[in-house]
Amino acid sequence: MDPVALVTVILFGPLIGALVAGLFGRQIGDKAAMTVTTGFLMLSAALSWVVFSQWTWGGLEPFTHVYAPFIHVGEFQSNWAFRLDGLSAVMLVVVTTVSSLVHLYSWGYMAEDPAKPRFFAYLSLFTFAMLSLISAADFMQLFFGWEGVGLASYLLIGFWHHKATANAASIKAFVVNRVGDFGFALGIMTVFWAFGTIDFATLFPLIEAGVSRTWEFAGQDWQLVELACVLLFVGAMGKSAQFFLHTWLPDAMEGPTPVSALIHAATMVTAGVYMVCLLSPMFEYAPVAKNIVTVIGAVTALFAATVGLTQNDIKRVIAYSTCSQLGYMFFAAGVGAYDAAMFHLFTHAFFKALLFLGAGSVIHGMAHEQDMRRYGHLMPYMKWTFVVMTIGTIAITGLGIPYLEWGFAGFYSKDAIIHAAYEAGGAGHPMGYFAFAVGILVAGLTAFYSWRVAFFTFNGTARWTSEDLEHHWHNRDHDHGHDDAHAVHDHSHSEHAHSDHEYKPHESPWTMRIPLIVLAIGAIGAGFAFHHQFIGEHSSEFWRGAIFKLPAEHAAEGGHSFPVWVMVTPILVSVLGLLVAAYMYIWREGTGAKLAAKQGLLYVFFYNKWFFDELYNATFVRAAKWLGDLFWKGGDQKIIDGYGPDGVAALSVRFGKGAGRLQSGYVYHYAFVMLLGVAGLLTFALWAWAA
Amino acid sequence: MPLLSLITYAPLLGVAGILLVRLFGKADSAAGDNASRWIAFATTLVTLALSVLLVAQFDPKNPGFQFVEEAPWFAGLYYRMGVDGISVLFVLLTAFLMPLCIAASWKSIETRVPEYMMAFLLLETLVIGVFCALDLVLFYAFFEFGLVPMFLIIGIWGGQRRVYAAFKFFLYTLLGSVLMLAAILFMIGTTGTSSIPELMTHHFDPNVQTWLWLAFFASFAVKMPMWPVHTWLPDAHVEAPTAGSVFLAGILLKMGGYGFLRFSLPMFPNASDLFAPLVFGLSAIAVVYTSLVAFRQTDVKKLIAYSSVAHMGLVTMGIFSGNAQGEQGAIYQMLSHGLISGALFLCVGVIYDRMHTREIKFYGGLVTRMPVYAAVFMLFAMGNVGLPGTSGFVGEILTMVGVYQVSTWTAIVAASGVILSAVYMLTLYRAVVFGTITNPKLETITDLNWREIAIFAPLIVGTLYLGLQPNSVFDLTSASVDQLVQVYQAAIGGAHP
Repeated sequence: MDPVALVTVILFGPLIGALVAGLFGRQIGDKAAMTVTTGFLMLSAALSWVVFSQWTWGGLEPFTHVYAPFIHVGEFQSNWAFRLDGLSAVMLVVVTTVSSLVHLYSWGYMAEDPAKPRFFAYLSLFTFAMLSLISAADFMQLFFGWEGVGLASYLLIGFWHHKATANAASIKAFVVNRVGDFGFALGIMTVFWAFGTIDFATLFPLIEAGVSRTWEFAGQDWQLVELACVLLFVGAMGKSAQFFLHTWLPDAMEGPTPVSALIHAATMVTAGVYMVCLLSPMFEYAPVAKNIVTVIGAVTALFAATVGLTQNDIKRVIAYSTCSQLGYMFFAAGVGAYDAAMFHLFTHAFFKALLFLGAGSVIHGMAHEQDMRRYGHLMPYMKWTFVVMTIGTIAITGLGIPYLEWGFAGFYSKDAIIHAAYEAGGAGHPMGYFAFAVGILVAGLTAFYSWRVAFFTFNGTARWTSEDLEHHWHNRDHDHGHDDAHAVHDHSHSEHAHSDHEYKPHESPWTMRIPLIVLAIGAIGAGFAFHHQFIGEHSSEFWRGAIFKLPAEHAAEGGHSFPVWVMVTPILVSVLGLLVAAYMYIWREGTGAKLAAKQGLLYVFFYNKWFFDELYNATFVRAAKWLGDLFWKGGDQKIIDGYGPDGVAALSVRFGKGAGRLQSGYVYHYAFVMLLGVAGLLTFALWAWAA
Repeated sequence: MPLLSLITYAPLLGVAGILLVRLFGKADSAAGDNASRWIAFATTLVTLALSVLLVAQFDPKNPGFQFVEEAPWFAGLYYRMGVDGISVLFVLLTAFLMPLCIAASWKSIETRVPEYMMAFLLLETLVIGVFCALDLVLFYAFFEFGLVPMFLIIGIWGGQRRVYAAFKFFLYTLLGSVLMLAAILFMIGTTGTSSIPELMTHHFDPNVQTWLWLAFFASFAVKMPMWPVHTWLPDAHVEAPTAGSVFLAGILLKMGGYGFLRFSLPMFPNASDLFAPLVFGLSAIAVVYTSLVAFRQTDVKKLIAYSSVAHMGLVTMGIFSGNAQGEQGAIYQMLSHGLISGALFLCVGVIYDRMHTREIKFYGGLVTRMPVYAAVFMLFAMGNVGLPGTSGFVGEILTMVGVYQVSTWTAIVAASGVILSAVYMLTLYRAVVFGTITNPKLETITDLNWREIAIFAPLIVGTLYLGLQPNSVFDLTSASVDQLVQVYQAAIGGAHP
């Protein structure tokens, strides 16, 4: 099949599904809406793998197909297009695979929800927006997809819109992302101003010649390329929840768990990483921007991991974990290892989606309880979930055997990143060794918090009772997806899965287990199967120019001869994290709780997420409210109106009794006076001119 | 066939028809009311059809004025009409919104219906006249008389403080009008012509330009409205009936922007260049200031009114950027705002018609009772926020791209509007639509009916179509805009013509 036709079906299939389910969901019914959306996604995923394999092994050439013009004003030229290259080929499979699995999973997870068509429509809409993002050939379509996924994310976080917390979280996500987009938009403007184009293919060859150009921006002299990269990176920080703009991601867990897996773990939040890799021809010429990317990435990796250590909500731990792993990807890109960043994006999609969906399976089986302090000893009740969660945990902690080059997915990509940072440090990258050190440290923290989740949930003693679960089940209307109008009617019908009198944790249905199994296979094998292509000896044929590296940074490509300690430290700290977690949550169960109860300074700091929310509320939120009131009541009412129209009116009242009638309401009179006034003025004017 | 005059005066036929009904029918009879509604609706549809015909026959490659009508009038004056790529768009927008305004008033206006309909039709004639007039005196006449029907609509069919609002509206606009009239007289006196096309090629002395520019600015800035002469707008909107707000936001505000494009930029380029920093400053303030004020509003309509001022801030800065992206962006922003803010006022009208209050606190949880309404409102809220895919985005990004090339600071401040608009719009949406119904009065509220859906449908299609295919508009405007930019840049000796 013609590749253009293939990608066109891949791109628009989900949109059609979204429109059908969204507009006609009520008419065609739940099942039809779910079938249509899931069916189109399955199709897209299958075709994406066809495209990907043609790309990897079939010698498919990169192309850009233009569908229609979008905005053409002067040199500002943007088209609706599909750009296929190494990067978008990778993203195609990531997005459609995870999305189709999440669609399928939602059949089970959302079975009791009364608004299924809307949910599936949003999921498919998201997928379409994400695909248009990754296939963009210029900044406008990129931005379209970028904000489109933001919209879908907003809608899905707030999917249970009767929940105040969900609504607050969805607004927060949108607004914080807008802060990033503020930078993104200014970055696009800078690019256009500097190079007179926003088309990637036209832009990239111009970069080298434009490196030395400087410009005054916000009172500072900047190198244009640096400025553009820094501003664009602000956009990436927002979308990928990096330090300073990360606060929305943990709150986004208010959305249904399949959403967290798809949008807030595997796909949307990686858009920032994707953008930086896509723009590698720019970033390579912007060393300062690269340093910023490295530092922000490393700091995020560390920050999020420290917070993740202390959280008790299972989804929040995984959310912070995502944040932290995205930090890895960014500092990889920052040190020039775009291929490693993309590889980690690829493997992470599998194991993180797996962890989230696994967590969803636990939550589903536990009557929507999310607090791990009320879990424990769940292994006997949900064996499948236990197995796949364990696989996911092994994958994220990067277990593998260094010199044999054999391990789970995370092993390949995370070690590649850590090695790249080390290498960059040796090659003179100012932040290389810093990133390397953080990478090692965070690998240990990752292992600890990931195993903590696994052990806390599945091992140890049960910290729940059937009564708790029953109680939770009956109260779930307060925190789970039921439109109030429907909740009552729906109740009896939704009891079917829980009709036995004793409430016990239960394994999830097959619709949920199959996606878990598929993802588990990915979490095991994605690294092993593709590391030659992404970062190994076939990488230059694989990327085919989609990733650009300045020659200087190529120094040690191919010959991966690192000192032994660099090779083995990551795996050692990972095992150490595992052992500490096992000690605290299995061998000496209760150690964690005791530590937490002490409320040590560091614990409080981590547990409260470094107090970012408090800080932002005290500054930005309060300032906006205060200024708004000031401008409104002080500026508009007191000053402008007070001295303006109201003042004039008051004066006229003072000057005549006629003004009393001014308020009497005879509008016709005023209108007549107005007419006379206009006519009189005009007549006088014409007379004066004629004379 | 004098198509422009036909379009302009077609609504007057409707006025005549309603007058006949009013004279020969029984006063205040339900049948008479209904007849006037239908007459008005039919008339506006005919006007719309004629406008579509106009656009279809319009030659987009010709940057000059087309469909020109010129005839001696009286007292040595000329009657001159014509449209270029810019004004033809506004004619179409006016004709497009008018039937929707009439339909939106169908049930909500119950007193003095014939007079109301006549006022709207008269308004349409005068506003289309503004966009078609190619003679200063004619322009001025349309421009000023256009206020009268609006004044009446607010003052008679408005809310409780309607007289205050109407009076404020009048006071503000009067100030600008007098100065503009003086400037017009001066221009005619010194050049001996009142023809706009001729004046566009006339070169005024830069000193003179300064004074003329300021005089016109006084009038247009109030109309836009620009900060700090904007305070009439929230009051006018709050008191105006729904359709009045739609027309006010959709069309009347655009007369200011059109004025800048038609007069300030081509006739007084040096002064425009000189004062551009002032405009940038005021516009940037407007974006941030009114967005923050909008955030704190407790009245739905007032919030949207303030948001209008913020959006108009982008328009003014785009116009004075003097480059293709800025101008196109500003024009597009006006067009888009005409649809989106019009639709948002209709959204307010829907719940106001049902509950007779605009207090945000009164509402909450509407989505459970009104899912269709919630979806429609969401779409236009997103349009107002400038989400790509809606028309709001295209105008915003282009104006900012245009301004950025001239003044980074202005663009930076303006771009912060993308954050603030999300803040106030989503907060409003959450408060009104999301959550659960806690107010027992809302428990019986009904979703959109077919009439309302039919009113929203064209606006939805328009917002999305213009968001995805903006080039269809640029094709229409680009020749005229390019010429405008070229002439302007040549006059000020600009870097890139």
